Amino acid sequence: MNSSFKDHMGRPIVVVTGVGLITSLGEGKEDNWRSLTSGLSGVRKISRFSTEGLRTQIAGIIDCEVGEHYFPPTHSLALARKTATEAIEQSGIGSRGSFPGPLFLAVSPAETNWDQRMDVYSGSAGADSQGYDRLLKNVAAGDFAHYYSLYQFGSIAEHLADEFGTRGVPISLTTACASGATSIQLGVDAIRRGDTDAALCVGTDGQICEEMVVRFTLLSALSTQNDDPQGASKPFSKARDGFVMAEGSATLVLESYESATARGAEILGVVRGTGERADTFHRTRSKPDGSAIIETITRSMADAGLSPGEIDYINAHGTSTPENDKMEYLALSEALGTHLEGTPISSNKSMIGHTLSAAGAIEAAISLLTIQAGVIPPTINCHEQDPNILMDVVPNIKREQAVNTVMSNSFGFGGQNVCLIFSAEPA
Amino acid sequence: MSNEKSEVWVTGIGMVSSLGEGLDTHWDQLTTGKSPVPAVDTEDQAPYLVHPIVDFDISTQIPKRSDQRQMGQWQHLGTYAAGLALDDAGIAHNEELLAATNMIVAAGGGERDLDVDTAIMESLSESDDPGPLLNSSLMGELRPTLFLAQLSNLMAGNISIVHGVTDSSRTFMGEEMAGVSAIQTAAAQIQNNQGSVFLVGGAYVAERADMMMLMEFGHALWHGDYESVWARENTDGGMIMGSAGVFLVLESREHAEARGVKPYARINTVVADRCNRQPGAAARVAENLLEEIADQLPQGPLPVLSGCSGVQPQLTEEHEFLKGLSARGIEPAIRGVTTVLGSTLEAQFPVNVALASLAISRGAFFDPFDDTGVEQEFSGSPDRILISNWGHWRGESLALVDSPDVQLRGKD
Repeated sequence: MNSSFKDHMGRPIVVVTGVGLITSLGEGKEDNWRSLTSGLSGVRKISRFSTEGLRTQIAGIIDCEVGEHYFPPTHSLALARKTATEAIEQSGIGSRGSFPGPLFLAVSPAETNWDQRMDVYSGSAGADSQGYDRLLKNVAAGDFAHYYSLYQFGSIAEHLADEFGTRGVPISLTTACASGATSIQLGVDAIRRGDTDAALCVGTDGQICEEMVVRFTLLSALSTQNDDPQGASKPFSKARDGFVMAEGSATLVLESYESATARGAEILGVVRGTGERADTFHRTRSKPDGSAIIETITRSMADAGLSPGEIDYINAHGTSTPENDKMEYLALSEALGTHLEGTPISSNKSMIGHTLSAAGAIEAAISLLTIQAGVIPPTINCHEQDPNILMDVVPNIKREQAVNTVMSNSFGFGGQNVCLIFSAEPA
Repeated sequence: MSNEKSEVWVTGIGMVSSLGEGLDTHWDQLTTGKSPVPAVDTEDQAPYLVHPIVDFDISTQIPKRSDQRQMGQWQHLGTYAAGLALDDAGIAHNEELLAATNMIVAAGGGERDLDVDTAIMESLSESDDPGPLLNSSLMGELRPTLFLAQLSNLMAGNISIVHGVTDSSRTFMGEEMAGVSAIQTAAAQIQNNQGSVFLVGGAYVAERADMMMLMEFGHALWHGDYESVWARENTDGGMIMGSAGVFLVLESREHAEARGVKPYARINTVVADRCNRQPGAAARVAENLLEEIADQLPQGPLPVLSGCSGVQPQLTEEHEFLKGLSARGIEPAIRGVTTVLGSTLEAQFPVNVALASLAISRGAFFDPFDDTGVEQEFSGSPDRILISNWGHWRGESLALVDSPDVQLRGKD
């Protein structure tokens, strides 16, 4: 192999040749980019189900793909299908229905929604029973093959594998709110070790339903600013009061630099490095000293062969919860030291909301668009920045600035921390 | 980067199932000279049978009550088995090693509060305005800890918190194939210097009506009295679910030797693929996988551990496929693992790798698990064992576990 196709550690360089994106801001890269650079919000009142009695009634919800009845796995699948199609078309890789590599899918765990549970419950075979006895009798007596094929934990990935013809067994993964970043890590790992020349990395999350809203509410994680949905997600601001749930999907086509070059593909950027360090402190909180996040960040820079001064821009995890934004600042100031002061950082979640399992992939996609455009999307709703967070958060208005290197952070419940570093095409 | 691929050694095993806890217990019950007697519960999920988990004392691996309270049974079982594996490998409490230990957990879903679900279903079915009622019921009845016990990646999260495993942490989903991909990925990473030590495994709790429902959506459960998996062949088939928690410590040979650790066995190869399960498709996939590993297969007797779920038509297809090994001069000595432990989904492949490693290290194979005649005696010391592990819905895989040319961990 020509040495220019290898990185500083002698591994195959991994590039991105296709990106697909759908969020509450719009469908496709162009729509999203226009909204992101205009500082628009995709957050709105939830109309999918009754929100009466809920403390949080807003979300970055996507309703355009929902048919007559909302069905969570079908919705997540529809979102993923859109972005995988967009990314593969841009990449020009393979042929229709034949993607020459494995699928890594970041996806929420499958769960039966209340509508479907009640649909099963309403059957007659189990009418003399209660609870799950009744459900099981109705299921045993009826035809629920459709549910069977959609409510397995591997269902969405299997349907995508059928449709896009990815190779081998698809991997469905979850690392909570870091899942999208993990899917990219797994693709990078596979290409670096020579298992494949290409990988389809997808994050999707279309699972906003009553129970999800209630669960995050009970953890006091959500903004309750229902009267001003578009202003509710306000990362790094003094008044931030929680995150806003959202739906979306992004797909990245990863390839070895060598094979992308050989087929003359346009290269959108390089995945320079990845870093990870699991936390041991608490199920929903980071170690108070931030050590696991700090190591995640420093490991990503070491993996990329970059020093803090070489990071041009940080695409923050920036959820808008009091805890996350404080900890992210603490960790970044330790990991980047004085270089943090001159490094702009912004949170896409201020506009999109928090797309949970998809967030890492969506923010990776936007990081690449940022490199390509030389424009940094703002952190909107930042009218009074938290005085204890001393970072340049690109408040409210986009900034035109050449960006060669982006760091993208993702942190999830369960002590999951992933940091990805992207850069422009190798010179 | 070195092109020399590292060997993947199994250096720790933690295993709890319906048969008991620990390798000795499993070995003793599966080598009595006659068919083992599986533990079958006819009441808990009636009319369905399950192989229930044995009692285990969580406080020995999860000492803090505050940690215990944050988990349900599924996370208890996995976190417990993970602790056993770390102990067994001599990694537990070694902070430096734990910080370099990577983790891949094969997970389904955690707990639901079925009593809460039942009450809500009943009230919703009688309501004219179910939306607001659902909201107020959920707000009033759900507990915050239950959500954390529900999240699939929180088994890994709890293993990090309780046992201190802190390098990479990934959770794979997708039933049987999640277990296959977890071990396959860990092995590939070890072989290519992307990590030297991995904690890999999963758990499944069969005594859960909500999970039974997911399987019965496809009419994939066995109805009727207990039968061994091969005895279900001339019927419509179906699974009997089993509870198990199994974790393995996988380690590069260099890493294990440097710290003076002997292996149970070596993971030689894991190959896997998928199809849409049109009739005959799974068998064709398995034939192609077999071709990939054909040069590793011996002539003559070969012990085979099958994770066959019992769902038709895959049951018949897998049995025919295994019988077809004879066309290659192989005399398979098949053991249907689900006959004795039930279908353990995400834990199925880890179970099979654990049992294969156990047999290799003890220098003998298990006695036949049933008397249908499908399973042949195997005498002598196995130097390699073939695993056939197909998903009940999707995915086919084969693996070879063998003996590296070093002294193995025996019955010590």
